Amino acid sequence: MTTTTTTSPAPPVALLERFRVPAGFALGAVLLLGVAPLALSDFRLSLLAKYLCYAIVAVGVSLAWGRGGLMVLGQGVFFGLGGYAMAMHLKLADAAATGQTLPDFMQLYGTGDTLPWWWEPFANPAFALAMTVLLPMAVAALLGFFVFQRRVKGAYFAILSQALAAALAIWLVGQQATTGGTNGLTDIQGFFGYSLDDPVNQRMVYFIIAAVLLLLMAAARQLFVSRYGELLIAVRDSEERVRFLGYNPANVKLVAYVIAAGMAGLAGALFVPAVGIISPALIGIVPSIGFVIGAAVGGRASLVGAVLGAIAVAWAQSTLSDAFPAAWTYLQGLLFVVAVGFLPGGLASLGIVLRKRRAGTGTGTRTTGETA
Amino acid sequence: MTVILNQSFTGISIGAVLLLIALGLTLTFGQMGVINMAHGEFIMAGAYTTYVLQKSISSAGVSLLVALPVAFLVAGAMGVLLEWLLIRRLYTRPLDTLLVTWGVSLMLQQLARDIFGAPNVQTHAPDLLTGNISLGGGITLANSRLFILGLALLSVLALTLILKLTPLGRRIRAVVQNRDLAEVSGIATERVDRTTFFIGSGLAGVAGVALTLVGPIGPTMGTNYIVDAFLVVVVGGIGQLKGSVITAFALGVLQSVLEYSTTVSVAKVIVLVAIVAFLQWRPQGLYTLRTRSLA
Repeated sequence: MTTTTTTSPAPPVALLERFRVPAGFALGAVLLLGVAPLALSDFRLSLLAKYLCYAIVAVGVSLAWGRGGLMVLGQGVFFGLGGYAMAMHLKLADAAATGQTLPDFMQLYGTGDTLPWWWEPFANPAFALAMTVLLPMAVAALLGFFVFQRRVKGAYFAILSQALAAALAIWLVGQQATTGGTNGLTDIQGFFGYSLDDPVNQRMVYFIIAAVLLLLMAAARQLFVSRYGELLIAVRDSEERVRFLGYNPANVKLVAYVIAAGMAGLAGALFVPAVGIISPALIGIVPSIGFVIGAAVGGRASLVGAVLGAIAVAWAQSTLSDAFPAAWTYLQGLLFVVAVGFLPGGLASLGIVLRKRRAGTGTGTRTTGETA
Repeated sequence: MTVILNQSFTGISIGAVLLLIALGLTLTFGQMGVINMAHGEFIMAGAYTTYVLQKSISSAGVSLLVALPVAFLVAGAMGVLLEWLLIRRLYTRPLDTLLVTWGVSLMLQQLARDIFGAPNVQTHAPDLLTGNISLGGGITLANSRLFILGLALLSVLALTLILKLTPLGRRIRAVVQNRDLAEVSGIATERVDRTTFFIGSGLAGVAGVALTLVGPIGPTMGTNYIVDAFLVVVVGGIGQLKGSVITAFALGVLQSVLEYSTTVSVAKVIVLVAIVAFLQWRPQGLYTLRTRSLA
C-alpha cells in the first residue's frame, strides 16, 4: 500500500479519538451540573460538594506529582491557608452581621477586645478572596524556590513538604486566641451575604465548586498538552538531561508546585462554605497524605483518574469510617499498599496492565515519580 | 544560667530519643533509599512489647532489661517481614515506598488499637530510674533521661563497631557506597539488605522501650516522632552515622531552647525554617558520600 492521503471520511475510531476529550468533558459537566443536583438530596449534594473540593486538590496533585514527579505530601498546608483565609473573612462578616467587632471564639479565648492586626485586612472580601489563592502560592514559591534551586529532591523534598504540614498544624493549634486552636474556625453562618443554613444557598455553593473543578480540569488539561507539560514530564523522567538541554528544571518544577498549591488553596477556600469548618485536623500530616492517596488510586498521571480517585476515596471514607471505623482504617492502609505498590499507574492504567498481561509482554506499567 | 543548663539537658535528652529513632532510619534510608514510614510503628511495637512483658514479669527493672533484646527482635522481625513482603518489590521506585509503608503504618496502628485498645497505656519505670540526680545549683537530671542518653550512645557505639569491624559491616558499607560494584564483587546484596533492615527496625524497637520511660504508650506514638526523625536523617546526611548523631543533639537542643524562649508551636516552625536554610548551604546534608553520580 502507498502512503497517499485519502479523502474518505475518518474512520469512526479516529473520530472517537478526536472528540474523546471534549466529549468526556461535556459528559462530566452534564453529570456534575445537571444530573447530580437533580438526582441527589440536599444532604448528599453537600457531601458531594465536599468530595469535589478534594478532587480540586487532586487536580494539582496530578500536575505536580503525576506529571512532575514531585511528591507533594504537604498539600494540607495550602488547603489550610486557603481555607483559613476564607474562614477568617466569613467569620468577620458573620460578626459584623450581628453587630460584633470580634468573631465569637475570640470573645471566648481572646486576650483583648481588639482584632489582631493580621486579621483586619481579611474584612475586605476582595483581599480575602485573593489571599485564598495568593497566600498558598506565595508560600509554595518561597519554599519551592529555595528547595529546587539547591536541587533538593526526591525523598528530601517529600519529607520537607510533610514537615511543613506538621509545622503549620502545630502552629495553628498553639495560637488558640487568634486561630481558634484545635477547634479551628467553626460555625460559619454566611457566605458573602447568603445564609448557609438555606439549602438553596448550599446548592449554589455546590454549583460554584463543581464549576471551579471543571474549569481547573480544563486548564490543567491544556497545561498537560502544552510545551510546558512536555517539559514537566521530561524533568520527571530525566532531570539531568533536561538541564543539559539548556532548561532550568528548578523553574519547571517550581511552576508546577506553585500551581498545585494555588489549586489546593482554592479548594480549601471552597471547602469552608461547603462544610462550615476549617481546623488543624483537616490539614496536618495525615490529611495531607490523604490528598495524595486519591490521586494514587485513580492514577496520578491521569487527570480524570486522579479526580475520580479522589472523589471515590473521599466517598468511601465518609461512608465507611462512621459505620466501621476499624475496617476503614485497614482498607485505607490496604489502598496505599495495593494502589501504590502494585498498580503505580492507578486504576486508570488497569486496562493497559491487563492488556499487557494478556499479550504476555512486560510485567507492569511504566513507573512514574522517580525523580522529584 | 541554671535554666539554660536544665533546658539544654532536656534538649540533649530529646536529641537522644531522636537519635535512637534516627539510627535505624539512617541505616535503611541510607543503604536502600527506602523511606520507611512504618518505622514509627516499629517503635510502637517495641513500647507495647515492654508493656506486655511488664504484665508477665512483675519486677519493673528485670522486665525493662528483658524488653530491650525482645523488642529488638520483635521490631526487627516485623521489619524483615515488611522488607520481604513489600519493600524488595519497590527498590526501583524508592519514593513510592513512602506511601506504601504509610499504608502499612495505618494498618499496624489499627492493629494495635484492636489488640490493646485505643487509650494509652502506662508502664512502671523501675525505682532506680524514677528519681533525679541533683548536681547542685538547681541543676537536676532525671534518671530516666540519663538512661535513654546512655542507651542511645551505647547503640551508636555498637552500630559503629558493627559497621567498622565486622564482615557484615564491611558488606553493608560496600553496598551503601556502590551497590552494583558490591554485587559484582560477590556480595549477596539482597541478604545484606535484609540484615540491614533487621538491624534498623530492631533499633526502632529499642527506641520504643526507651520511650516507655518518658511517655505513654499508644497506637499513634510513632507518628509523633517519625517526621522529626526523618528530618534528622535529611540534615545529617543519608547513611551517615556521624551526621545523625550531631544533628539529633543539635535539633534537640535547638528545639528545647527555642521552646523555652518562645512557645512549643513557634519553636517547631523556627526549627523547620532553620532546616530549610541549612539545606541551602548543604543540600545533601551535613556529611555526604562523594560519588560521581549526577542524581
